[in-house]
Amino acid sequence: MSLLNTMPEFMVTTKVDEMLNWTRKSSLWYMLFGLACCAIEMMQTGGPRSDLDRFGAVPRATPRQSDLMIVAGTLTLKMALRTKVLYEQMPDPKYVISMGSCSNCGGLFQLAYSVCDGVDKVIPVDVYVPGCPPRPEALTEGLLKLQEKMMQEKWLVRSTGESRPALA
Amino acid sequence: MSQSLVTALASQALEGIVEVAESRGELVVRVLPVALVEVCTTLRDDPAFAFDFLMDVTAVDYPGREPRFEVVYHLYSLKLNHRVRLKVGASEASPHVPSVTPVWRGANWLERETYDMYGIQFDGHPDLRRIYLYEEFEGHPLRKDYPKEKRQPLVTRADVEPAQQRRQRERDSERYGRWQ
Repeated sequence: MSLLNTMPEFMVTTKVDEMLNWTRKSSLWYMLFGLACCAIEMMQTGGPRSDLDRFGAVPRATPRQSDLMIVAGTLTLKMALRTKVLYEQMPDPKYVISMGSCSNCGGLFQLAYSVCDGVDKVIPVDVYVPGCPPRPEALTEGLLKLQEKMMQEKWLVRSTGESRPALA
Repeated sequence: MSQSLVTALASQALEGIVEVAESRGELVVRVLPVALVEVCTTLRDDPAFAFDFLMDVTAVDYPGREPRFEVVYHLYSLKLNHRVRLKVGASEASPHVPSVTPVWRGANWLERETYDMYGIQFDGHPDLRRIYLYEEFEGHPLRKDYPKEKRQPLVTRADVEPAQQRRQRERDSERYGRWQ
């Protein structure tokens, strides 16, 4: 306590992990990955009214510059492998939000001959956003949940085996 | 239905026309598969018909009927503003129909779609591959006997590598991108 009292007022103390996570979660660039009608809601979420940019999330047109993949729409079986390739092209650490019923589980088109029942059959998913399609508020909530999850990550002390901590 | 079209069709006395009927104000012509290309060429080139636009190619599956499939061609004349519908039968055992790509180039993708969804083989087509679905897909989903809840396997990278290599060879070949 004595040490803190000697510091000037403009200084803040924090943990290194928290600061790293805070910087990372505040520039979460998401890849444009609109597959169906959910993409329209994703555009609205990125637009001025809902403004995902205020959380530091801006759209990117290439997986090479992205931290987050928002899978927005029906994933067809033909697209499944391409999705995996795009996910592998993203630099680590990377996250996935599955947006809408279709990418969660196939949704309305689950039994259709060409539809993959859930993007989690192909790539790991961090946050599932329900809805058909989810409103921009729901996607924003999903992003905030992901930020919460990111804040719990440890970078200095790596635990063996466990990759990412589960959301509390 | 345009009466001049019917009289023109009657005066031509085209070989291979089985039946001329009217359905909801439009002309329906049933053609034998062997005569299809010839009939189509006449319909395109004869100034009385001038069918310069192939609007759609599709098929209908009638289970239990012989021939089981019916390939349907919708023709339109931009010049004379009239339409006709051609129908050709294709049996279940060998669903072969001659391709009309030499007559209308636009038939290429339409016939690929019909092949993809119904498994109709268009003889003489320059590049008869699936167009919507992927090559590893099993079956033809718009056939009536396609199981409604059939699940298709998820394709892995190892599955597509032979196909990718083949496509690369096709691209490298001299024929790639050339017509006929």
